[in-house]
Amino acid sequence: MKQYTIDPITRLEGHGKVEIFCTDDGDVENVYFQVPELRGFEKFLEGRPVEEASQIVTKICGVCPGCHHMAAGKATDAVFGVRPTPTAVKLRELFYMAHFVHSHIAHFYALAAPDFVVGPTAPAAERNVLGVIAKVGIEIGTEVLKQRRIAQEIQALLGGHQTHVVMNTPGGVRKGLTEEQRKDILEKAKGFVEFAKFSLKIFNDVVLANKTYVDIILNGPYNLKIYSMGLVDENNKVNFYDGKVRVVDPEGKEHCKYAPEDYLNWVEERVESYSYLKYPYLKQIGWKGFVEGKDSGVYHATPLSRLNAADGMATPLAQEHYEIMYKTLGGKPVHATLAMHWARLVELLYAAERAVELARDKEITSPDIQAKLPNLPKEGVGIVEAQRGTLTHHYWTDERGIITKANIIVGTTNNNAAISMSLKKAAQGLIKKGVTVDEGILNMVEMAFRAYDPCFSCATHSLPGNMPLEVIFRDSKGNITRQVKRK
Amino acid sequence: MEEKPKIKLAVYWGAACGGCCVSVLDVHESLFTVVEHADIIFWPIALDFKYKDVEAMPDGHIDVTLFNGAVRNSENEHMARLLRKKTKVLVAYGSCAHMGGIPGLANFTNKEGIFNRAYISSESTLNADKVFPQQHFVVPEGTLELPEFYNDVRTLDQVVNVDYYLPGCPPQTERLVEVFMAIVTGATLPPVGSVVGALDKSQCDECKRKKTDNKLVKEFKRPWQIIDDGETCFLEQGVICMGPATRGGCGVRCIEGNAPCRGCYGPPADVSDPGAKMMSAIATMIDSNDPGEIEKIIETIEDPAGTFYRFSLPGSMLRRKQL
Repeated sequence: MKQYTIDPITRLEGHGKVEIFCTDDGDVENVYFQVPELRGFEKFLEGRPVEEASQIVTKICGVCPGCHHMAAGKATDAVFGVRPTPTAVKLRELFYMAHFVHSHIAHFYALAAPDFVVGPTAPAAERNVLGVIAKVGIEIGTEVLKQRRIAQEIQALLGGHQTHVVMNTPGGVRKGLTEEQRKDILEKAKGFVEFAKFSLKIFNDVVLANKTYVDIILNGPYNLKIYSMGLVDENNKVNFYDGKVRVVDPEGKEHCKYAPEDYLNWVEERVESYSYLKYPYLKQIGWKGFVEGKDSGVYHATPLSRLNAADGMATPLAQEHYEIMYKTLGGKPVHATLAMHWARLVELLYAAERAVELARDKEITSPDIQAKLPNLPKEGVGIVEAQRGTLTHHYWTDERGIITKANIIVGTTNNNAAISMSLKKAAQGLIKKGVTVDEGILNMVEMAFRAYDPCFSCATHSLPGNMPLEVIFRDSKGNITRQVKRK
Repeated sequence: MEEKPKIKLAVYWGAACGGCCVSVLDVHESLFTVVEHADIIFWPIALDFKYKDVEAMPDGHIDVTLFNGAVRNSENEHMARLLRKKTKVLVAYGSCAHMGGIPGLANFTNKEGIFNRAYISSESTLNADKVFPQQHFVVPEGTLELPEFYNDVRTLDQVVNVDYYLPGCPPQTERLVEVFMAIVTGATLPPVGSVVGALDKSQCDECKRKKTDNKLVKEFKRPWQIIDDGETCFLEQGVICMGPATRGGCGVRCIEGNAPCRGCYGPPADVSDPGAKMMSAIATMIDSNDPGEIEKIIETIEDPAGTFYRFSLPGSMLRRKQL
């Protein structure tokens, strides 16, 4: 028995490890995906005042803190039985669109692109965002950093804290928006739309125009026929902030559509001895093991599953690209894991367009940002779509609003079984008798994982040791102001 | 300009959320300045280098390691010890490495409590056989290993020697850049063991909210029980704000967002324990001399321990709740 260990898996948020067991001939016998950590938020939320939860849970993930803040904020609204004012909801959603823009940009350019633009088996030291910049040019690289910065600045303005946002209160938000700020955000959001369109063009030119890559996407070992989950609005269009959770089967037929407070009827989790992370599955179908198909309760909650589970996008340009994607990939639903990258860019365009809509809405500057709290606190569920999957927070409190119990199903957790299966399938497809297992092959195994997890990895922190790169800064007249050379 | 040798930088996370890494990422376009001065040679969130690459490095090979996250399990501890050996200057970066941070709230409970909630009593979990994750688990193909989950969360300096502390959840990026530039330009560094990238004084020194001399209250309130005017000191409005017991340097960012401070920067230079400091600050606010009434007023503070030690329980005098 040969054993390959990938530890840690990289270019993702969090810790993870893959164990690949092979026969003496070199074929893959089994693959185990392990998550080696647990922090226990559900337990130590007990005893905390419920209004503090939305600020404590941002610390579950510093990459998508806004998602936990929103799910917790909505759960807290539900605990108090209060509906936030229309302006508060719009401010939250506007913040949330900026959160998606920042995260999806970072994921595509820093995490996904190295595998496609630089190449899946390129040397490890080059397979990162600086490698991407070296290929596509410094101008685009700078634009990526700039757009992500602008998205972060909008979040800081609306959220009160660049990373660990503090905006939500039960029934409202802490800070309103001025007319001047609204106009400024509107212009920036228009810039996001242009940048999203540009990103889809890059995807088209770099990935779709390359037959090898299209072949990897469609016919490679990256394919999983399972259920798809996503939040939809009243017209069954993709929504990140609010709505009902819809699940479709591997053929695209609706399995269920549930309101947040009903999640316990539809989702259940199991425990395995070799991982600290639980494995959710569809309760009505049941756990049948790590198997694909309609009779298995395994599902995914990703950009691709959101598009699969919905009937379309709520904004015009995103809808156009939604249709192009499904037409190109042979209709709905799509089960090609790597198509998640494309779906993510369609979502980027939707988030940008939706940000423009919200920033155009004059009601967003109303000072009416806090609803009255008429009820004693009790119990509540809040669900949003995190970038990496449907996110559920459920709190119980005593009558003073002190948390007595908390239950959380986090975005990536939904995908634990699916990720394990994708890794195994990729390993089986790539590692075979007679194949030399080098770092490049193992990276291609990791690609199966990366598609699920929109890590924030952005250009700014991919600074490897030995990559040749020259960066030239010019002023508006074209004069060289600074030169950075790496050898 | 004479080219200086670049420093070798590593960034690693223990029990953390990734927010510290985001704060490094938030240098935005200043990335290119960083590239001029440093090679990052280990950073799992962004770079494809593995543990074996670190193990292969000679001792003291890394000039500076920014270690974020608390020590929650045996993998965190192993990496803390390994990186200590391989690093000249080890920085406890962010609240969790510094004082335990939010994961340190787990010291109000223990391993058994956390495991039972997550794996047994959770409403969405079906686990009739009471399966728990195991450190060593035999599968048909071999044995799978998991790190040991400790009973206590520890700070970085409770495990290895730490050279500097850069506080915050996460540290303000501007402060990181200042410290980084001081290191790469060869500026004289403060004595080992210092807190860097933060002020000596408290949040209140930086806070723009209006303060009078009258902080006396008959009752403490929760943030949602007042209509915040956006201008008056939270404590004067009767809302607990950790400002007096918290070091400045973050730009009073939460307070600017109309949220009271929760203490992520740790205690000011002249304070050793944030909870003790907060107790004394609150004692001066109570508008009564009657012992019974004083007790009643204090009882209006919800979850005092979880609030005063929100970010600092493992690094505080208490370290944990005795169960």
